[in-house]
Amino acid sequence: MNHGLVLLRGADWSLPSPAWATLAVWRRNFLVWRKLFGPSLLFNFGEPLLYLLGLGYGLGRFIGEVEGMTYIAFLATGLLASSSMNTSTFEGLYSVYTRMVPQQTYDGMLATPVDVDDIVLGEMLWCATKGVISSTAILIVALGLGALQGWQSLACLPAFFLTGLCFAGPALVVSALSRSYDFFAYYVTLIITPMYIFGGVFYPVTNLPPFAQSLVGMLPLTHAVALVRPLATGRMPAEFALHVMVLAAWAVIGFYFAAVLIRRRLIQ
Amino acid sequence: MNATPLVIEALGLEKSFSGRAAVCGINLRIPRGGCFGLLGPNGAGKTTTLRMVLGQCHLSGGTMQVLGQSMPAARKSVRARMGVVPQLDNLDPDFTVLENLLVYAAYFGLRRRDVEQRAQDLLAFVELADRAHTRIGELSGGMKRRLSIARALINDPEVLILDEPTTGLDPQVRHLIWTRLRGLKREGKTLILTTHYMEEAERLCDHIAIMDHGRIIAEGAPRDLIRGHTEPDVFEVQGAPSVLDQQLAALAGSRVERIGETLYCYTRAAHDAVEILEPMVDITYLHRPANLEDVFLKLTGRDMRE
Repeated sequence: MNHGLVLLRGADWSLPSPAWATLAVWRRNFLVWRKLFGPSLLFNFGEPLLYLLGLGYGLGRFIGEVEGMTYIAFLATGLLASSSMNTSTFEGLYSVYTRMVPQQTYDGMLATPVDVDDIVLGEMLWCATKGVISSTAILIVALGLGALQGWQSLACLPAFFLTGLCFAGPALVVSALSRSYDFFAYYVTLIITPMYIFGGVFYPVTNLPPFAQSLVGMLPLTHAVALVRPLATGRMPAEFALHVMVLAAWAVIGFYFAAVLIRRRLIQ
Repeated sequence: MNATPLVIEALGLEKSFSGRAAVCGINLRIPRGGCFGLLGPNGAGKTTTLRMVLGQCHLSGGTMQVLGQSMPAARKSVRARMGVVPQLDNLDPDFTVLENLLVYAAYFGLRRRDVEQRAQDLLAFVELADRAHTRIGELSGGMKRRLSIARALINDPEVLILDEPTTGLDPQVRHLIWTRLRGLKREGKTLILTTHYMEEAERLCDHIAIMDHGRIIAEGAPRDLIRGHTEPDVFEVQGAPSVLDQQLAALAGSRVERIGETLYCYTRAAHDAVEILEPMVDITYLHRPANLEDVFLKLTGRDMRE
């Protein structure tokens, strides 16, 4: 088997042309999720509850207000964005790889009118959907704890979806290039975790030195946080269009490269 | 949909994987109806050929028409009219037996309420009706293969492709599968199967192509292949002294081969061979008609392929 760049030789670079079968792929994953949603939801609700109680109340006592909001509200709104990123990323890595390699689910689909482009888009939409589920669970917990208030916070649901979509493509690209699950550790440790730590989830990006700020400003999670945090607290984000366009650009470019690489992997 | 009597027409079909040739310019004409068998040792290029039929694999050269449409461009509409039983089961382990059929139907754009009855009928057809709610992990190998066959029929395909459908199954399951495949043939479906069980090919196939090293080396009806490529009678002799080799080889229309302790004599002079063998005391022998396996071994040799 080839690896990395060699994989690109002779690749099909044509634009993806997904069709209705995309929805059948999404629906398959939804049906599996629905069968197991008990333990899945426990995880979705339990983890943010621990974070918000432990870090929000514990650290919040020392920190006081950040950017005009309580620390627990600041943290909750940061986690809303990062949770879409993390959930979508892990679905696009571990679950997609499992369906692609050990389970051969895609090979089964490719004996039907479902084609590779449908699989890629269906999986990306599903990754984004799972992002929405996990972030919405955090939103419910934060509303329950009184960290956030009001129905206007529901305005960030589309932003969860866009954030999930933005990170789904790169995760699928990594899956398409991987020879085993072990490879994912590079991507998570070198790309995802640094964004989680530096992208404005736990403290304002403005606390960083200027050079680091401009670096962090290019990361997609920083844009997701800048979009979600105001929306969740009922404000209109500054530079709304810029943030949406950066996330959408990642989603579109990610889809294109994921389609090219997964085609190369599945159709030899 | 169109008038062509051919299900598959491949001309000069080639496929290589990073420089290693897997299929080297084969021509295939598979007519509608009946069962077409693609035989060959492991690595002969059978599975690669089937993948090209389904558009799951790029063509390195040549052309392929399936159901009158050009592949791989028409792969979506072609696959809508085909059923596939893959060599390695790829049933969805996250679903039960019945759910596997319903979810698979959705890939064809078929709605649950339209296929629910058909799914139940298909489970009965492969004798899995009592397992509808069993998880895939709890099925035996034979049950999985039967479910794969049911799944391949969910879209009521015109053509059914089976890649080694009975490999690794016990005789009961094999016979059930053969019975079902004959039934499907009677319904007018076209069956295309690969196998390296020669008796399976002899029982099921109307037409056979034997592949080796990416080429088709013989083609025809099983009976014609046996008649055309080997002598009608075979003697397998154990404990034969070496003089016997020459004695049997000297008979008109005879061919002798020694594999380890066994002497194989393929002959058109069965009567004379019996006269030589019958009086001998220190040997045991088996006299049988030639079969497809003899043709296969003659054409592809006895060397191991893996």
